[in-house]
Amino acid sequence: MKTQDIKVCIMRAGGTNCDFETARAFRILGAQTEIKHVNELVKNNSLMDYNIIVLSGGSSFGDYVRAGAIFARTLNAKLGKQMKQFIDENRPLLGICNGFQILVEYGLLPGFEGPSQQPEAALTTNIPQGFKCQWIYLKNENKGKCLFTNQIPQNKILHLPIAHSEGRLLFSKEKEKQTLQKLIDNDMIVFRYCNEDGTTTDPNGTYHNIAGICNKEGTIFGLMPHPERAIYFWQEPTWTQKQQHTSPYSDGKLIFENILNSIAKKQ
Amino acid sequence: MPSNLYIQRTSVDNVIEVAIAKATDTELVEISSELALGLSFDEMKIIQTYFKRVNQNPSDVELQIISQTWSEHCCHKTFKSKIIFNDKEINGLFKTYISNATKEISAPWCFNVFEDNAGIVKFDKGYGIAVKVETHNRPTAIEPFGGAATGIGGVVRDILGVWADPIACTDVLGVGPLDFDYHKLPIGVKHPKYIYQNVAAGISFYSNNLGIPTVNGAIFFDESYIGNVTAYCGCIGILPLNKYAKNAKPGDYFVMAGGKTGRDGIQGVIFASAELTKKSDNDVSRPAVQIADPITEEKLKRATLIIRDRQLASATTDLGGGGLSSGVGETAERYGCGATVELSKVPLKYPSLLPWEIYISESQERQLFVIPPENLETVLTIFEQEEVEATPIGQLTKERRLKLTYKNTPVADLDMTFIFDIPTSTKQATLNNSTNVEPNFAEPANLTQPLMHLLAMPNIASKENIVRTYDHEVKGNTVLKPFQGKYAGPNDAAVLKPLDNSWKGLTISCGMNPTYGKIDPYWMAASAIDEAIRNNIAVGGRRIALLDNFTWGNPEKSERLGSLVRACQACYDISKAYKTPFISGKDSLYNESILGPVTPTLLITAIGIVPDIRSVVSMELKNSGNLLYILGTTYPELGGSEYYKLNGYLGASVPKLHASKARKNYYNLTKAIGSGMVKSCHDLSEGGLAVAAAEMAFASNIGLTFDLKAVPNKAVARNDFLLFSESNSRLLIEVHPKDQHDFEALMKNSCALIGETTKTEKLQIHGINNKLIIDASLSELRTAWKKTLNTEVP
Repeated sequence: MKTQDIKVCIMRAGGTNCDFETARAFRILGAQTEIKHVNELVKNNSLMDYNIIVLSGGSSFGDYVRAGAIFARTLNAKLGKQMKQFIDENRPLLGICNGFQILVEYGLLPGFEGPSQQPEAALTTNIPQGFKCQWIYLKNENKGKCLFTNQIPQNKILHLPIAHSEGRLLFSKEKEKQTLQKLIDNDMIVFRYCNEDGTTTDPNGTYHNIAGICNKEGTIFGLMPHPERAIYFWQEPTWTQKQQHTSPYSDGKLIFENILNSIAKKQ
Repeated sequence: MPSNLYIQRTSVDNVIEVAIAKATDTELVEISSELALGLSFDEMKIIQTYFKRVNQNPSDVELQIISQTWSEHCCHKTFKSKIIFNDKEINGLFKTYISNATKEISAPWCFNVFEDNAGIVKFDKGYGIAVKVETHNRPTAIEPFGGAATGIGGVVRDILGVWADPIACTDVLGVGPLDFDYHKLPIGVKHPKYIYQNVAAGISFYSNNLGIPTVNGAIFFDESYIGNVTAYCGCIGILPLNKYAKNAKPGDYFVMAGGKTGRDGIQGVIFASAELTKKSDNDVSRPAVQIADPITEEKLKRATLIIRDRQLASATTDLGGGGLSSGVGETAERYGCGATVELSKVPLKYPSLLPWEIYISESQERQLFVIPPENLETVLTIFEQEEVEATPIGQLTKERRLKLTYKNTPVADLDMTFIFDIPTSTKQATLNNSTNVEPNFAEPANLTQPLMHLLAMPNIASKENIVRTYDHEVKGNTVLKPFQGKYAGPNDAAVLKPLDNSWKGLTISCGMNPTYGKIDPYWMAASAIDEAIRNNIAVGGRRIALLDNFTWGNPEKSERLGSLVRACQACYDISKAYKTPFISGKDSLYNESILGPVTPTLLITAIGIVPDIRSVVSMELKNSGNLLYILGTTYPELGGSEYYKLNGYLGASVPKLHASKARKNYYNLTKAIGSGMVKSCHDLSEGGLAVAAAEMAFASNIGLTFDLKAVPNKAVARNDFLLFSESNSRLLIEVHPKDQHDFEALMKNSCALIGETTKTEKLQIHGINNKLIIDASLSELRTAWKKTLNTEVP
């Protein structure tokens, strides 16, 4: 399959707000990209027209109840059947920030035994508490399972921004260790927060410094940082300090490029 | 109580009418007070005459409509009225000093100024930039979270009101000192810390949830803000100019969309135009603050942009101050029409709202659209798809009357020309002679310590903890962020790249110097304008447009009005001198509390453009071994400075402005930036030269050494004054040695080479006595700057 034939759907509902820049990231890489309201997908029954579904950032439904919870329930209620088919066919699903929260609330991540009835994790209030907009470093710790990062060298450090108040990944206390072991055994950990030199750090109190995980198949990927805000060099906070810009792009592009390549190769 | 004057209307059970014809003069004043109309005796007399002539009793709905339309907040009476000042008559401050300056400058790139909800300037590829800044002082003082949130909500809808897509927000806050003694706080006044934290939370809640980056702003601390919180919310939008639809005509429908209507925000405009008193405590005023729901506004925004792109509407306006009364009335007036509205069609949050309450409620997230009949169905379908409640409530009419019905029974029927023939008065303005004196104290032996203290002063210290709770990255178009460089130094202006297919950028900056306002309102205003422009120039901004936002005391008091006149005169003079037109503005007057009046505060927002964002200049030093220049002249001007404040003084020598010289300097600097010779550039403001130099150095951890003897000055004979004077129009500039010759030739002696960047990670300054008067490590300076207001110090 050629990149220009790949159809990307950025799915939105009231309160979604990073859809334009997320669409832009896919568009400049040559994919066909559409932003669709959930209501439109329901009306046209068109979810299966797409090769990849993206849940972008924002505050869907005001993040009332818990961040992402209402969108997850709405999606399940309105498009549950199509979603199941989409996932069963191993078509990729990406959740960024609020999108990651939605995937967790839906039970798709971690989803050790496939989609779970109840969420198996939570993305909860940051420690220290409050919204934080800041550039951070991430290390790619995935060994090759994740379709979104398998061409990015292992242990490569990426520079991306975070902007959230509920990004602390949490598992139930009594199962915390086993859960971590399962994540490691199944190669489901993708990104962990680190410093510029690669030493681990943690901007929001998240468990095991985890910033992003994928499902067992590597087809569903959620992360708190915003790769769509790190596409061009001039989006970086330190771009003015560099003498020369060897590439017009920035680290976030790697993730979008990676998934488009994975889809192109597979089909 | 003249209760015999109030009569229950027989035709409809929730409307009363007032037998105004037989009211005595005393009773007229009582009616205004009892119905909370906020109308003066003279105005009540005009109303009485009108209703006597038409031989009718006004309904409560009619009186409320007049009250809203004639309120200070809706029609800016003070800025329109005649003023006698120094025996001369000024025919309206707004016209004489603000709009006249713009008219005389006559910039071809101004697309629409002062007429609509926001000012619009041309940008690139057929797009325009719309800008609006609102004051939201009163609600923020009473309920800081809701006040700040709805402030943003309102200004974002102003941008939607000119069919623009909101792309950035700005926020400027004036609060009391955070360490103010609780025991000294009068009853009914909230502690500055409570205000500070909740305003920040409100801004973060609303703009983050709406997905609009907050890219520029300021927080200013002053004792006069304890009783008079000052809050400014700005929004910038982008629109394809050929989709700017404003062609409503009789027969078009009024469609009300967004949130439901409740009792929140009732009579907010009246409350905004009166002094805060003890009675303005929570019980009395809290209902005047609206409740915020950003998600409804997000959906409203989507629908608005779809309707715009498909060109289905003939006009739109925000339902803000004055509610439907302003929205319907002003739309009808603008297009020379009349209007009909059926009030029972307005969707309500709960039943039992009275007709007058429905018409003037300021509930949030509501927008009024004017839709030609043939497009009505399509528009309602779009709203349905976006899950936005939308209801046709009335129509524009040829007949110039405003006719309101409730369940088909008339409740108001007024002549449009009467409502919009707003009474003006002639006001007296005086100016008190300043009694401020210059302090007399010895120059300290050690100047590193005062610099550390200055960096830690709340008005200078880093606000990073607050600013990082605002999303400044969403939309992915922020080129220069609030903090720049590895160590997060304070940028002078934000830069956005709003169009994917253009390298052209938008530069956003602000200027505000309230402390100077305590000494001289004219030079305060001039300084605020220069600071906003200077900040914009520093990053490479050009073709600058200005917005003015006044926060002042009670203009009925002649000396308050006098200082307002002086500030407006500065606006005219400096705007003309710099050829930077005003494109929009807003005033908030009557900011007085039991603690006294607010310090006269003029916020200037400056919007410029850069031809290519890749050439913008940030404030952090780039490399060791580069040259450091200062642009402009330093005067012994420390009146109102942070340095005097540190020493417990106000002083009298407020910074003045030499605009024609500054304009030439700025012009040359812009050329130097355009040619790529400027590596970094930073504006000198609070704390003067020493603070600016420290910020540039610690932002990237590159050392800096310079010599005060080389700093061009007029009679500044002290090291501390050279270091900390706040003279206007000065900037520090870093240049690579290879460009020395070209740069100096271009700047034509207006720049002086004062030092160089080093590898030492230190700031070292030699004084006029040749001694090393400042010798500080960059990490110590950075810590001093960050520790005051931030809990985590990296």
